[in-house]
Amino acid sequence: MHLSILLPAVVNGVLTGALYALIALGLTLVYGVLHIINFAHGALLTAALFAAFFMHKTLGVDPYLAVLVLTPAFFVFGYGLQRFVIGPASHGNDGNILLVTLGLAVIIENALLFAFRGDTRTIDVAYGFSVVAVGGMFISVPRLIGFGGAIVVALLLWLLLGWTDTGKAIRAAAKEKLGAQLCGVDVAHIYAVTFGLGTACVAIAACLLIPTYYVNPHVGNAFVLIAFTTVVLGGMGSIPGALLGGLFVGVVESLCGLYLGESLGQIGIFLMFILVLLFRPSGLLGERA
Amino acid sequence: MNGSGFFSILAAVAALACIPLVIDSNVVLNFLVTALLLTLAGQGWNILGGYGGQYSFGHAAFFGTGAYATAILQTRYGLNAWPAFAAGIAAGAGAGAAIGALTFRSGLRGSYFALVTLAFAEVLRIIASVAPITGAGVGTLIKLDVGPRALQFASRASFYWLILALVAIALVVTRLIAQSRFGAQLVAVRENEDAARALGVDATRVKLGAITVSAAMAAAAGCFYAQYFLFIDAPIAYGPWISVEALLAPIIGGVGTVFGPLLGALLIKTLGEAAKLVTGDAPGLDLVVYGVVLIVVVAFAPRGLAGVVAGFRAWLPPPRKPGAGVHPA
Repeated sequence: MHLSILLPAVVNGVLTGALYALIALGLTLVYGVLHIINFAHGALLTAALFAAFFMHKTLGVDPYLAVLVLTPAFFVFGYGLQRFVIGPASHGNDGNILLVTLGLAVIIENALLFAFRGDTRTIDVAYGFSVVAVGGMFISVPRLIGFGGAIVVALLLWLLLGWTDTGKAIRAAAKEKLGAQLCGVDVAHIYAVTFGLGTACVAIAACLLIPTYYVNPHVGNAFVLIAFTTVVLGGMGSIPGALLGGLFVGVVESLCGLYLGESLGQIGIFLMFILVLLFRPSGLLGERA
Repeated sequence: MNGSGFFSILAAVAALACIPLVIDSNVVLNFLVTALLLTLAGQGWNILGGYGGQYSFGHAAFFGTGAYATAILQTRYGLNAWPAFAAGIAAGAGAGAAIGALTFRSGLRGSYFALVTLAFAEVLRIIASVAPITGAGVGTLIKLDVGPRALQFASRASFYWLILALVAIALVVTRLIAQSRFGAQLVAVRENEDAARALGVDATRVKLGAITVSAAMAAAAGCFYAQYFLFIDAPIAYGPWISVEALLAPIIGGVGTVFGPLLGALLIKTLGEAAKLVTGDAPGLDLVVYGVVLIVVVAFAPRGLAGVVAGFRAWLPPPRKPGAGVHPA
């Protein structure tokens, strides 16, 4: 196939992949610290997309400004979910945590379905279709912003984990829960902060996505399996892994879509997912499980 | 619970079998048929998840395979409904064995197992929604041919007795497994896989056996679905709804108990109908109720309804101080 078709497909894949990476970042952070897979992650993304949609629709707030409101709001929401629902309800049993997050996913998704019906909605912003020409390729501006935003968030998260006291407490709780507790770390609080950060990532991703994407009550499902794939590929709990995994998945999807058609493009991702889970469940960059 | 012997299975099935003789309402029978359908799928989940501790989030993979096999063998290959039904169960069991062989051999446990089952169901859903043999987006319609020879009945009661017979078989099989050496090994794997291995239990083989039986039951529910509604498409067959409901029934009723899925299925179908009465046709609310019930049960009654009943019995005769002895360590 000619390079002039292949190259834009790869670039598009990278741009989409950065947002996959951002969503996966939240998932991998929660997994790395709480050692659970948050099955409500996709539903939380759907909720954030709806929030961004209605911020624009009813209040006229631009999605890129809505980030400033939705990120703290979803941080608090995530904090509350872990502190007051997931933590107490699961009695520290891993199987129970899986079931509680699944229950939350079912509740959030269907409450949205009940409130807003199954309609697919999009927003209209002036820059929705603007493009820049780079080396003979046209690149969508909102997707470029999305890419930049995802990289910035990953960087901030990395700084937070590496250089702040909260970050140190999070890493301590991830490594050795009991030891951290003995050193005076409030583990329940730190777990909730981590869950809040994961949820905040989803809110940022939603604001970056909404100008070029759509929202309906099931939209999160499309992303959640991709995020799982990304996280598994990059290694559960690894932040650089989530970034690289996201970009890789974006490119694979874009190329599969190009060669096999849209609906089978997704199959490429899932098959890759199953293969990685079967043969290298610790991921490409992850430590041994 | 002590009452899980063969006698109580016989009593429960006999009591349920009498219902159509007393109540002649299609609404009630239809409700009971869907509840028993869920019992069957839930009993399948219970074998693997309840007794074996392997939480599958993708039992739709087996339900859908059974449903599609039954439907496609009849419509495309002209097979009679009875062998098609049996072939559907076999196809589901085969899918279970295949997925089990892949996942358990590579040592996937816990949340990884949940993830990979979810992914398999999703891959099958996407394939079924584009492959020509499944009728792609249109779905597969089984030709109307009422008569016992084609396994289609004019009366709801006959369908009800058919699904009740399947549930009765599932109850007996579960009871047999629970009392067998295989069942004991399965529970050992659930409680501590490494310890079970150290004691010489072939954990992979035990789990493989469990997922095959489990998938066969879920597939039987799928086959019945196809025969009852005479229509199947990708979102029905492989959609997340059946994966979620199949795990809800045993968890709410009581995981790892013979009657748990039956109790749970009756309760959640009742709640679902109640939610529909309140909201009319608006979709979603019944599932919101299911989600809330799931979290409440996990939080406050981890052993489900069966556990609540057992706890109540233990608590009842000698009245103790409230709160004493509620939490066994």
